[in-house]
Amino acid sequence: MKHTLAILVENKPGVLTRVAGLFSRRGFNIESLAVGVTENKDISRITILVSGDDNVLEQVEKQLNKLIDVIRVSDIPADESVNRELALIKVGVDTTTRAEVMQIVDIFRAKIVDVGIKSLVIEVTGDESKINAMEQLLRQFGIKEMVRTGKIAMNRGAKVVQSEKR
Amino acid sequence: MTKQKMSGARAVIESLHCENVEVIFGYPGGQVLPLYDELYDADVRHILVRHEQAAAHAADGYARATGKAGVCLATSGPGATNLVTGIATAYMDSVPMVAITGQVPRSLIGYDAFQEANITGITLPITKHNYLVQDAKDIPRIFKEAFYIAQTGRPGPVLIDIPKDTQIEVIDFEYPQEVKLRGYKPTYAGNEQQIKKAASLIVKAEKPIFYVGGGIIFSKASEELRTLAETILAPVTTTLMGMSAFPTAHPLSVGMLGMHGTRYANYAVQESDLIIAVGVRFDDRVTGKISAFAPNAKIIHIDIDPAEISKNVRVDIPIVGDAKNVLKSLTKYIKIEQAKTDGWIKKIEAWKKEYPLTYKKDKLLRPQYVVEQISEICPDAIIVTEVGQNQMWAAQFFNYKTPGTFISSGGLGTMGYGFPAAIGAKVGKPESTVIDISGDGSFQMNSQELATVVQEDIPVIVAILNNGFLGMVRQWQELFFDRRYSSTCVENSVDFVKLAEAYGALGLRATRKSEVKDVIEEAVASKRPTVIDFVVEREENVSPMVPAGAAINEILDLE
Repeated sequence: MKHTLAILVENKPGVLTRVAGLFSRRGFNIESLAVGVTENKDISRITILVSGDDNVLEQVEKQLNKLIDVIRVSDIPADESVNRELALIKVGVDTTTRAEVMQIVDIFRAKIVDVGIKSLVIEVTGDESKINAMEQLLRQFGIKEMVRTGKIAMNRGAKVVQSEKR
Repeated sequence: MTKQKMSGARAVIESLHCENVEVIFGYPGGQVLPLYDELYDADVRHILVRHEQAAAHAADGYARATGKAGVCLATSGPGATNLVTGIATAYMDSVPMVAITGQVPRSLIGYDAFQEANITGITLPITKHNYLVQDAKDIPRIFKEAFYIAQTGRPGPVLIDIPKDTQIEVIDFEYPQEVKLRGYKPTYAGNEQQIKKAASLIVKAEKPIFYVGGGIIFSKASEELRTLAETILAPVTTTLMGMSAFPTAHPLSVGMLGMHGTRYANYAVQESDLIIAVGVRFDDRVTGKISAFAPNAKIIHIDIDPAEISKNVRVDIPIVGDAKNVLKSLTKYIKIEQAKTDGWIKKIEAWKKEYPLTYKKDKLLRPQYVVEQISEICPDAIIVTEVGQNQMWAAQFFNYKTPGTFISSGGLGTMGYGFPAAIGAKVGKPESTVIDISGDGSFQMNSQELATVVQEDIPVIVAILNNGFLGMVRQWQELFFDRRYSSTCVENSVDFVKLAEAYGALGLRATRKSEVKDVIEEAVASKRPTVIDFVVEREENVSPMVPAGAAINEILDLE
């Protein structure tokens, strides 16, 4: 069972090490990780995809909450949230394949962000399965390089992950 | 408070004043020179140890004896890494401590400078929190936060790493009145609904038992525990960390549980229908085979650390809060006309009679006898232990009366802990007799501190139960490795009397039962740092014993 945790932390040096270190020390597995600053510049938000049963998740949350620099831990339910990853994919092309690749980009509502004589750089955002599908289709043309971000997630509707109770 | 201009080093000393720190244990070095220069005429007592590990253990012993955070100080690099074992020991046993280390100047951090070690990185998993001072003006805030974090909630060690150049930089000093930590808000009061639920389970229970640990001692909840135990008439078993939390001689006491616990405590836990666990963490040395632990019991777990709840065993009623608060409110909800536990208490008393803690009482000098004699002659002493057989005998055969009079490395099991921790305890409680019940192996891990106790005139007594073996490991080799005593024989390696004398301490020896009382009395009367070499039976075993991986009622008596 996979869970997406949104972790609000103090935006200070070393905080990511504390969080990541906790996962390795306690034997929890990080599947994906993304970090960035929030609307409040003193607070960063770490999104971690973690796998494990309910007991593991309970321990992960409790241990995270023990870290002084962790302000809040929130489990973002998959079916009530927006989940996105971004990938940059460099595909080798020639005159015969370029049009077909551009068609796939179109269908996936991805973007071409760099055009070279022998390659295209494609930017695609979406959930994990969309990016996987795109990768699958582009493979036949020759993927020269690919980079993916970790997943980020946000609750749908009015619900927010707050740093403090209002 | 008006702002004053001063160096970072001075600000450290002022911060210690603001936290009412009376004593620090430390060892100087290159990157703490500005700090030591300030200490030269500061009115904080500095005790110079002979190895930084001892500074950390002494700060730990001081904290356990007084309840206040202990402070230790070391230089960068090797000084800091020498603190690591002591910090890990304090972390495992939830001891409030502030460790201060020097660091190379900021401009050199990361360049593998002379005596540079990334001590905040190294201590990340063994501190409650740690700080690297990046700006001298943060020193007052960091100290305020460090002492607050160390001493509140579940206590623990906090490390502050201070680059040398920030010790020299001049700042405007103003000590903050309060801390602002939005990510740290310990819960002290238990949830009322949960407490009511717990109360209703307690009044219905026919075979309840208290299983209590270090949390009782840190929250000073012994009175509340006793009141509640006497109200519902339930037996009390303690962990090693909980020794002295409940009087050993109390009729409801069943002593320690677990691997070297009493038979009757282990039987009682296994047969109970309700466990009231307070300030404990269901450690593997306590539970034995976890799937077979207390099969018929419902569990109420009271702890200040939410992460301990349901970590090792699932509990029925978790209550997060301070032990003292929670026990007090729990007692309010308990109305008992007629205790239902008469039959249960009778059964336990029968077990106590049938399976007493004992040893062979012949004319040979056995280690248990030494502990019993210490208990008789120094009933109010603070007992500190090393790790191994000496530790178990100290737990089993001393009659504890006052909370906080048993100090031992429970979680990490650090050999070499006892002597320096005894130094800290004696400095914190100078009016108490402080005795380190030691083994000949453990004592040699920090015996250099004899220089410290002589120089500083700290009259602790080290009672070595000298069997010429690393006894606990030897015991396991006897039982599980066919008596192949691989590297556990340390016979005749040291003359402990001469060793003590070489440092200027008093050295005494007893080789016969008849000499035990005299040497203990002489040590106490001398008011000097003393080492007593008790030459005891060599292959005595700690008994009873639950083999690793067995259920705790599968307990064996050893010859």
